[in-house]
This record gives sequence, structure tokens and C-alpha cells, in this order.
Amino acid sequence: MDLASAKQIGAGLACVALVGAGIGIGNVFGSYLSGALRNPGAAASQTTNLFLGFALCEATGLFGLVIALIILFT
Amino acid sequence: MAMNPMEQFEVKPLVPLHIGGYDLSFTNQSLWMCIVVGAASIFLLYAGASRRLVPTRAQSMAELGYEFVANMIHSTAGDAGLKFFPFVFTIFMFVLLSNFFGLLPGSFTVTSQIAVTFALAAVVILTVILVGFLRHGIGFLKLFAPKAPWYLLVLLVPIEVISFLTRPISLSVRLFANMLAGHTMLKVFAGFVIALGATAITPKPYWSVLSIAPMFLIVAITTLELLVAFLQAYVFAILTCIYLSEALYLHDQH
Repeated sequence: MDLASAKQIGAGLACVALVGAGIGIGNVFGSYLSGALRNPGAAASQTTNLFLGFALCEATGLFGLVIALIILFT
Repeated sequence: MAMNPMEQFEVKPLVPLHIGGYDLSFTNQSLWMCIVVGAASIFLLYAGASRRLVPTRAQSMAELGYEFVANMIHSTAGDAGLKFFPFVFTIFMFVLLSNFFGLLPGSFTVTSQIAVTFALAAVVILTVILVGFLRHGIGFLKLFAPKAPWYLLVLLVPIEVISFLTRPISLSVRLFANMLAGHTMLKVFAGFVIALGATAITPKPYWSVLSIAPMFLIVAITTLELLVAFLQAYVFAILTCIYLSEALYLHDQH
């Protein structure tokens, strides 16, 4: 296998990190909804934490995407 | 028919300018940054000029933005955070308008360049460090040592330091990667429309009818991208507020 094709495969594999981000974001919003439906009074005060959790979760997956881009374009 | 979905992110010099070995050309990137800043300034100056009790449409839009950011700062960073309102509002408006202007056909997305987003994130983090040291002196370093027994601190301090140091990276990469991925996806689906539509001149022209399906998908994804454009500006601004509140209050609740 030459270097160019190995790079393509490696970039594809690095994007698997986004699987975890998808599971995590689904978990964040799912847990928020189940909590918010049980106690709607407390829901509005937790939107900040919701977006913080979403943002942190997404960032870990995006690191994988960045590695894929680094592999492809260096 | 060469369709490269990454072509839209290419920085092209409009006015070449080389000084002392540095490339200082005025690029399409610079042009769109000027447009974004100009549009934001003109809108806010125009909307802020009429200070009526019953607001005009533009004035109520500006007031909506003002109150949105002011509430966001107040709920995360408290009263002391409101001093940083101009800073957070500027960042929020710049990122929001860059994201929205990037969705116009034929435009250039300023925030899809890691150079821009990392510069913004670096400004945020340097402000946080500066505010922390000015307010608490050397005590700002307590941010990295939460109240815990010493054998846990051995583990916790490196974790806190690493999590602080990855903040500018995650802050910039989140915005950049979201914009990059969204716009690439739009271009890829646009490529499907053209590729399916081009079958009209082949022996099997009936397949070209199918090109309507990715067309509808593009409409749906554009709506999603509008949401993402707003959400990423919001997340960027709220994380700025949260980092500022940590610098202002350390780990104490306020």
C-alpha cells in the first residue's frame, strides 16, 4: 500500500471519533429532555449547562475530524 | 466538470501586497470580514440612533440582541461580568453575522478559517488570564487546585491544567469545524443535484427526475445550517462568559 492510499484510509478512520460525539450529544439532549419533562420548572435554569455539555461533548469528536484534516492536508 | 467541495474555502488575494517578505494581500477573506464588520456597525448605529419609547423594527431587533447577550452574561457571570458586555457582544455579533453572511450563495465564510477562529479564541483566553491575574493576583492559580485531599490533587491539578490549555483549541476548532463541515455538506449535495440532472443528456434521461430529491434535502440542510450558525455563535459567546466567570470568581459560587 502506498502512502497516499494509507492517508485516505487513516483520515477515514480518524472520523470514527465523531461516532462518540454523536452518542454523547444525543445523551446530553435526551437526558435534558427527560429531566425537563419531569420538572419543567427547573428546565429554563439549566439551558446554560445544557449548551455547555453539548459544546464540550462536540469538541471531543471534532478533535478526530481535525486529525483527519491534518492527515489529508499535510 | 470539476466540483471540489473544498474550493469555496480557498483564500484568494484580491489586491496583492508583499511587504518585507510577508504576504499582506487584501484577500476575499479580508473583504468579507470588512463586510461583516461594516454591516454590524451600520445596523447597530442605524438601529441605535432612534431612541424611541415605542421602538421601530430595527430598534427592537437591536434591543433584542442587546437583552439576549446581557441576560446571558448576567446568568453566567453575574453583576461583575456585565463590565465585559462590550467584549462579549462584539464577539457574538461578529461570529453570528459571519456565520449568516457565509450562508449567502457565492459568499465567503469568514469563520470557516481556523486562523480567524483561533485568533478570536486566543483573544478570549488571554482576556480570561489577564482578568484573573488582575483580580486575584497570584491567587488565580487556585483555579487549578480545587478543594480536595492532597492525594487527589496530584491527579486533579494536571487534569485542570490540561483542560484549561485545551480551551482555546476546542473553542476555535468547534466553530471552524462546524462551519467547514456544514458548507462542505451543502456543496456535496449540490453536486448530487448537478450529477443527477446531467443524466438528462444520457441514453436514460428519466433518471434526471430524481435530482429533485437532493434539491429538497439542500433546502432542509440550509435550514439546519441557519440553526447551527446561530447556535455556534451562542455557544462561543456563552463559553466566553463561563470562562470569564471562572476568572472572576474562581471556583466560588456567586
